Amino acid sequence: MNGIDFDIAHLLAGSLVLVSFLELYQDRLYALLNIYALHALVLAASVAWQAFIQDAPHLYVTAAIALVFKAIVIPVTLHRMIVRLGIHREIEQVVGVGPAMLAGMGLVALSMVVMLRVTHGADPLAREDLAFALAVVLLGLLMMVTRRNAVSQVVGFMSLENGLVLAATGAKGMPLVVEISVAFSILIAFIVIGIFLFRIRERFDTVDVQVIDRFRGERR
Amino acid sequence: MTIDGVTFNPLAGVLAVPVVAAALLAVLPDYRATARLNVVATTLTLLCALSLFFGRPQPTPYLLVDDLNGTFIVLTTFVGFTTSIFSASYIGHELETGRLTPPFVRFYHAMYQVLMFAMNLALVANNIGLMWVAIELATLTTVLMVGIYRTHEALEAAWKYFILGSVGIALALFGTILVYMAARPVVGEGLDAMVWTVLVRRAGDFDPALLDLAFVFLLLGYGTKVGLAPLHAWLPDAHAEGPTPISAVLSGLLLNVALYALLRFKMLLAANAAALAPGPLMVTLGLLSLVFAAFMLYRRRDIKRLFAYSSIEHMGIITFAFGMGGPIANFAGLLHMTMHSLTKSAIFFAVGHVAQVKGTQRIADMGGLTETHPVLGWGLILGVVAIAGLPPLGIFMSEFLVVSSTFARAPLLAIILVFGILVALAGLFLRLNSIAFGEPRGPSAKAQASYVPMFTHLALVLAAGIYMPPALVAWFQNVAGLLG
Repeated sequence: MNGIDFDIAHLLAGSLVLVSFLELYQDRLYALLNIYALHALVLAASVAWQAFIQDAPHLYVTAAIALVFKAIVIPVTLHRMIVRLGIHREIEQVVGVGPAMLAGMGLVALSMVVMLRVTHGADPLAREDLAFALAVVLLGLLMMVTRRNAVSQVVGFMSLENGLVLAATGAKGMPLVVEISVAFSILIAFIVIGIFLFRIRERFDTVDVQVIDRFRGERR
Repeated sequence: MTIDGVTFNPLAGVLAVPVVAAALLAVLPDYRATARLNVVATTLTLLCALSLFFGRPQPTPYLLVDDLNGTFIVLTTFVGFTTSIFSASYIGHELETGRLTPPFVRFYHAMYQVLMFAMNLALVANNIGLMWVAIELATLTTVLMVGIYRTHEALEAAWKYFILGSVGIALALFGTILVYMAARPVVGEGLDAMVWTVLVRRAGDFDPALLDLAFVFLLLGYGTKVGLAPLHAWLPDAHAEGPTPISAVLSGLLLNVALYALLRFKMLLAANAAALAPGPLMVTLGLLSLVFAAFMLYRRRDIKRLFAYSSIEHMGIITFAFGMGGPIANFAGLLHMTMHSLTKSAIFFAVGHVAQVKGTQRIADMGGLTETHPVLGWGLILGVVAIAGLPPLGIFMSEFLVVSSTFARAPLLAIILVFGILVALAGLFLRLNSIAFGEPRGPSAKAQASYVPMFTHLALVLAAGIYMPPALVAWFQNVAGLLG
């Protein structure tokens, strides 16, 4: 593999981590969805580049799914949904921006230390890719726990899935069955979430998870 | 297998029957017919599963039947079959009281079959990617069913289950990718590096560090689905708020399926001498779940939550047994898993009818059950006696085996184990006392219940506690040997 191929792949995967950080401190839902679209766009570029350098044409399908479905269809739908729900103005964070960013940096450092140590044998491209992918996954998790709005939790989950797609494409020659299933599961997951959001709207007039949480626990 | 010149593939039957049934159930309108069709479909699936004992197909890159998953498939299809009978009377009552409307019943029946399909697929998958897809499908169908009543509590439970289940499933996928990464340099690129039979044969040459990391992710991911503490938060809510047949299937089957996935990967690690021993991790999580859930039993006010925590406790014991490993502990783990599935689903059958006649799940609002509904009350008592691990029922035997084999190898762990089991026993009887005896409370209308599934399960558990046929013992010993 020549240097420039590797560098570009590295750049794109690194950008994905960076965009994950951007997501972390967005406190408006509308902006958050835009950043998520950017996240998916970077993912699409990264996957397409992997397809090119690995000479694996089936990965272009994954890239196309990321581009069309995740970068366009989902953000547009969610934009409409939050406008209809009237919650497009603001979201609140459980943890402040500062602590969230610090925790995020800690997680990235953790994933670098863990992945680079255990993957001595693997080829350098896959190594870097997996380390970045784990960072994206962990940042997605962090986002899910620092948000209390159902929509932003879903965005956190979707960026977590983007990290998984990055990992799957970095693992050279991984059978297509998994990639399609990842895309497909996102589709299903999204439909489920869509149903849920509407049901929640019907019943609670809010998508704030903390309000839903009031109904939790034992019946008294 | 060929009968009278007609080629019959039982494996295809196990997978195809639920799919066809789901399609039919989704469109047929009449409730009585669909409930019966649901039973017919699960019967056929059970028959196909049983016929796997007589002729099993060669493993393909996607599907595999061996002694280990054969056991799981028969257990799954059997409990699926009895639950469908219980479900018919349960859903009939829900329609009468108007908690469910006909379109929702149609959806429920279709989803029931999709869930059966997903669980069977997860069990017969030879491809670790396919197995992951199947478990994800099973999760999504149960999320939809948990939320089916659309009350505040049901939606919250479904949302929590969905979020935690998705995170677990995502971590499991990352682990699966890491296993592929470990296998690729040895097996080569492409499909073969995800085929379990190939992986286990070549696992000795895999990079141990990658394999270790993969197992940690898989343990956290699939462990969430098993309901191991501290990843169990979704489980009590999902059990309490969904329809009771689904609680029975969740407790009795889906937790087992997730555990089965974990066991497959444990076998992979065991085949690599340099990889970390998966046992201690599973032992720790198992004991933690057991002790935690045992104490949680004391403060339950909701009858379904009570037994949901009891499921966490028993999954803890089973995980502990498999973590200990060795022929006796594995045997005990398998036996305990089978007994727990049968007993816990029987208890949920009873609880479902109890909650329907009393019109509530609050323990405080039901009392003197043995007076108002003797059959249900004594059935429930028998079930709790069984699940608490008292002789002469089957769970006593399996718990005794777990404890005695642990005492021989790690006395300190055995003391914690016995402590947890005793705390749980006392907690269960404390609650049972107020449910079954004392001043009768709540409505005493006659229950329109189907007692057959409940007493079939309990009779099997009792029979296993008194006498285990040598053939069955030999079979379990054989499977325990496979697990290493």
